[in-house]
Amino acid sequence: MELKTKIHAQDGKQEITITREFDLPLALLFKAYIEPKLVEQWMGNTVIKLENKPHGSYQFEKRDPQGNLLFSANGTIHEFIPNQQITRTFEMENTPFPVQLEFLSFEALGENTSKLTMHVIYKSVAYRDQMLQLPFAQGINMAHNLLQKVLNQFK
Amino acid sequence: MNLRRDVFQAIADPTRRAILILVASQSMTAGTIAANFGTARPTVSKHLQILTECELLSKAQNGREIYYQLNPQKMKEIADFIEPFRQMWDDRFNKLEAIMKAYQSES
Repeated sequence: MELKTKIHAQDGKQEITITREFDLPLALLFKAYIEPKLVEQWMGNTVIKLENKPHGSYQFEKRDPQGNLLFSANGTIHEFIPNQQITRTFEMENTPFPVQLEFLSFEALGENTSKLTMHVIYKSVAYRDQMLQLPFAQGINMAHNLLQKVLNQFK
Repeated sequence: MNLRRDVFQAIADPTRRAILILVASQSMTAGTIAANFGTARPTVSKHLQILTECELLSKAQNGREIYYQLNPQKMKEIADFIEPFRQMWDDRFNKLEAIMKAYQSES
């Protein structure tokens, strides 16, 4: 099966581009990024704050059943154009990784298909490569079995 | 209990994944790592033991302190560089698509 998500990561560059085509109308794809209840469902994190506007900010976190914080992230929203563009920073708290800059572009391909392009810029080439080598860094919130399933393919 | 000490078992645990991220670019003592989690020190020690046994972490003595650091060689066994990262995003986006399709048919 061809995978729908593509990653372009040129050697020696401090950026990557992630593209994905969805069987969803553009408005629904965009909604998945701005409605806290929906964001929580597909990201698996708790949304503490999500202000979809320029100068707005957001905060996500994930705790284990004992209430210990496993993951927390935050960022500032710089640009917010409904159904088109979100420009924001992303920072994982309590990790050595510095803040990164993300340009999210949303576009319609057809009436019921849409495309997301994520252009991510890191502080340095070394940090980018480290992030890519820790595929579960951003997915630390992923369900246990989901991660297992993914990783099993590389055994 | 005789658990299989392999990297996949090691990273199946969210706390251990968090520990790996924590030491990704800076080596740390067990005490510093434990301080980041607010869990009991023995619990963190157990996690460090598992991560060390499967060679995801290596130990380096520095004076009286033992520092834990990531073993990039072993990490490569999990990650053929970019593919797992792409797979992670693909799974995440598949979930988004499924959730939004369900949402669409509800409304």
